Amino acid sequence: MQRIGVFVCWCGSNIAGTVDVQAVSDALKNEPGVVFSTNYQYMCSQAGQNMIKDAVAEHKLTGIVVCSCSPRMHEATFRKTAAAAGINPYMVEIANIREQCSWVHKDMVTGTEKAIILGKAAVAKVNLNTPLTPGESPVTKRALVIGGGIAGIQTALDIADAGFPVDIVEKKPTIGGKMAQLDKTFPTLDCAACILTPKMVDVAQNDKIRIFSYSEVTDVKGFVGNFDVTIKKHARYVKEDICTGCGACTEKCPMKKVPNEFNLGMDNRSAIYIPFAQAVPKVATIDPNYCNMLKNGKCGVCSKVCAAGAIDYKQQDEFIEEKYGAIVVATGFNPISMDKFDEFAYNQSKDVITSLEFERLTNAAGPTAGKLLRPSDLKHPHTIVFVQCVGSRCDACAEKGKEYCSKICCMYTAKHAMLTRDKYPDTDVYVFYIDVRTPGKNFDEFYRRAVEEYGVHYIKGMVGKVTPEGDKLKVQASDLLANKQLHIDADLVVLAAAIEPDKSARPLATMLTASMDTNDFFTEAHPKLRPVESPTAGVFLSGACQGPKDIPETVSQAGAAASKVIGLLAKDKLTGNPCVASSNELMCNGCSTCERVCPYGAITYENKEFRMPDRTTAIRRIAVVNPAVCQGCGCCTVACPSGAMDLRGFANSQIIAEVDAICK
Amino acid sequence: MQKITRDQLIEKAASLLANGTVSCVLGWQKGEFDYDITPAVFDTEDELKANFVWNDFCGANFSKYLVSKTKKCEGKILVFLKACDTYSFNQLLTEHRFDREKVYAVGIPCEGMADIAKVKAIAGDGISSIDCSGEKMAVTTIYEDAPVMIDAKDVLAERCVNCKSKKHVAYDELMGEDGDVIDSARFDEVAKIEAMTPDERFAFWQNELSRCIRCNACRDICPACTCEKCVFDNPNSSVENKSPANSFEEKMFHIIRAFHVAGRCTDCGECSRVCPQHIPLHLLNRKFIKDIDSFYGDYQAGAEVGSRAPLVNYTTDDLEPGEVFERGDN
Repeated sequence: MQRIGVFVCWCGSNIAGTVDVQAVSDALKNEPGVVFSTNYQYMCSQAGQNMIKDAVAEHKLTGIVVCSCSPRMHEATFRKTAAAAGINPYMVEIANIREQCSWVHKDMVTGTEKAIILGKAAVAKVNLNTPLTPGESPVTKRALVIGGGIAGIQTALDIADAGFPVDIVEKKPTIGGKMAQLDKTFPTLDCAACILTPKMVDVAQNDKIRIFSYSEVTDVKGFVGNFDVTIKKHARYVKEDICTGCGACTEKCPMKKVPNEFNLGMDNRSAIYIPFAQAVPKVATIDPNYCNMLKNGKCGVCSKVCAAGAIDYKQQDEFIEEKYGAIVVATGFNPISMDKFDEFAYNQSKDVITSLEFERLTNAAGPTAGKLLRPSDLKHPHTIVFVQCVGSRCDACAEKGKEYCSKICCMYTAKHAMLTRDKYPDTDVYVFYIDVRTPGKNFDEFYRRAVEEYGVHYIKGMVGKVTPEGDKLKVQASDLLANKQLHIDADLVVLAAAIEPDKSARPLATMLTASMDTNDFFTEAHPKLRPVESPTAGVFLSGACQGPKDIPETVSQAGAAASKVIGLLAKDKLTGNPCVASSNELMCNGCSTCERVCPYGAITYENKEFRMPDRTTAIRRIAVVNPAVCQGCGCCTVACPSGAMDLRGFANSQIIAEVDAICK
Repeated sequence: MQKITRDQLIEKAASLLANGTVSCVLGWQKGEFDYDITPAVFDTEDELKANFVWNDFCGANFSKYLVSKTKKCEGKILVFLKACDTYSFNQLLTEHRFDREKVYAVGIPCEGMADIAKVKAIAGDGISSIDCSGEKMAVTTIYEDAPVMIDAKDVLAERCVNCKSKKHVAYDELMGEDGDVIDSARFDEVAKIEAMTPDERFAFWQNELSRCIRCNACRDICPACTCEKCVFDNPNSSVENKSPANSFEEKMFHIIRAFHVAGRCTDCGECSRVCPQHIPLHLLNRKFIKDIDSFYGDYQAGAEVGSRAPLVNYTTDDLEPGEVFERGDN
């Protein structure tokens, strides 16, 4: 029989405001096994912890129940207290009477009743707790960064700078990501390429960093410190180590009508291509969907002109298996599709473009060599309408667009408007907005310059409809401040499309068992206090995969993620979690069900000789759990048909005891 | 009448015993009544000739017996498998429940097995003998001198009316010709129950399951129930040894059991065959199979060895739990 002490925390008024803490400690005093029960203002304080230590000594406690905040907050604190008092830290249970009770109840009577029930459940569990000892596991001192945009690049550089090897996996043929497609960057207006490409070169030249471009992660096994990752390197039909990036093949390739994704399809490239001049690695890639040689075996021009002999039409996808201690997700974002926004005539007129397309139109390496010309007739536009919040801050029921604010659009639209007026003062620029949101260092000053110095017409209101008519775009909009309808004949309409996480993020989250929110942004372990860690140990978040972010924010988060990775890789051993599965070999059928559901590959089988009840011996197949690999998720315990598999610290019997205590 | 005869089976078994391929034979033998056939192990040709039976009442699925018999029998064991039995056979191999090397499986054709309840409904009680060897089944009762002649088709067991496959998915040797997987109407009855309102459905199962006497026959016959220690026998499982003391308990046993075999049940129908209270237990399992098929694509447990049942598999195409919930909300 346990000797249990119950400690009810007031959490100032957080708990005591809605829960009668005295009534809770009094009620729990009479539960089976409880020999001591008290309450105190701040259990997590030094004085509160000393109270627990004293009670352990005085009442010879073997188990502790703390009725307080979520175990995610202070379970570790109280486990340490228990260890300091000389009892096993896993003899501590937390009854969450704050997040799951006082914060969700307004009424003292119901709040107190529920707190008592939660306390009873915890006491029922502690009665069945057993002391547990964690094991240790080694750390593979190598990090994986998934995504080679500015977030991934910065994270990789910072980790490599601390001396740890890093691999970047990028699905495109080059690193650089969205930032490589941008023209100027707010609020300082330095050119994106000028500040990004030196970093790309740093990555290429850093001997601690390996780049797997044109590759993707296809499988992740293992756990923090010991991930086994499979990387699929797509065949680019060019030998990466031999290609010099001279570009002769791209010039001679006869297939030149391939939409150029780097310029968002606004011009064409050849079937063998280097995405842009500063690409890293600067290696050609053959697009198998367009290459005549790969499609029907006729051509072979690139192979003939390649002086280095780098072309290999028979190249196959390659699978690389590597071990990592930490994984950083930096999968970034994309503008949403404009297909559902018929009112803006995006699919009807070439002169309705997205802001990212506008970036390419104004970029010296873009389809118009930096001259602002409208796509349909390559004439200079004189009236430009920018529409903000296209698909951002949408009604949840509208089934198009996103509920959230995409955060970067106000600033880049101000930048576009300002740059247009600066270069082409004869152009009228209108910006339609719901709100202009410019928090950030030097951001509001930037926006005001656009309005006050550059004479951009900012109009509060939304564009209702864009109708192509002749060579004009008829824009119907409302001016909410003047309370009137506006009709503008525009030459170019630019849509600030909402941004969404990259499509590769969802399957990746599944592989990593990392959680996501409803918008497919990765969830952080704690929104304020652990913003760059995912709830899955060893998986970190960098950049827009976690939420809309501009470049300064992305870079700071990338650095923060790197510092967390460095902190992990600097350790030689990780203390494991003792709450792992174990199989009762007398009951195990050896049926392999648990092995199939185990996400970590922690279960193997062995044949063992058993003495049977009828005094014969039999060889039986039984499951064996590797406690270093098991993460205690419990999948196996529910899948096990015979109930042989159980989770230490969360045994079926303990959970049933809790449920019984609640339902009594 | 079955296409293959008792003599052919005995001859096959005797020759395999004689040439040393197998050391014993798992077969059927007569029980207390002609229709009451029980599984038995035969070691010699003489035993086979004396007691081996093969007729329209040999419904017993031998797959499960292999779990214990392969551990006890020296050498190989000969087992006769009807097409439907082969699915259970494969499922047990998938779960590593017996050593395939210790079994010599002979696939035999089956024309469907008779349901004694249907026979009694026609011929009446007091059956003293049944002769299945002719075109029609001759049923003699203690009340009449002349046997009642019954067309075997009229008394087919429900699971045979809705036979899902005449194709043997596992065997070392096949006697007679193999058939095909059949597009049966086995889910029609489930669809009827699904169409009920929740209250009607509850009343339906209440009525059926209230007859349960917890004899455990369904569990003991079920080829998916081969646990070393059943949860209902395990004092630590918290559901052990419950008797049908109240209406919740009597349902709980069957619901827990249906969940335990979900995704592993091959729909062999043995549970309903052996139920002395005639509870249509197979309908619970079929509901699971129907749902699994519609949620994750058609899946037949035991169709191949080592297949990953959808419930213990994960693919990125899997239905979101929310959608499962919505579809179930009818």
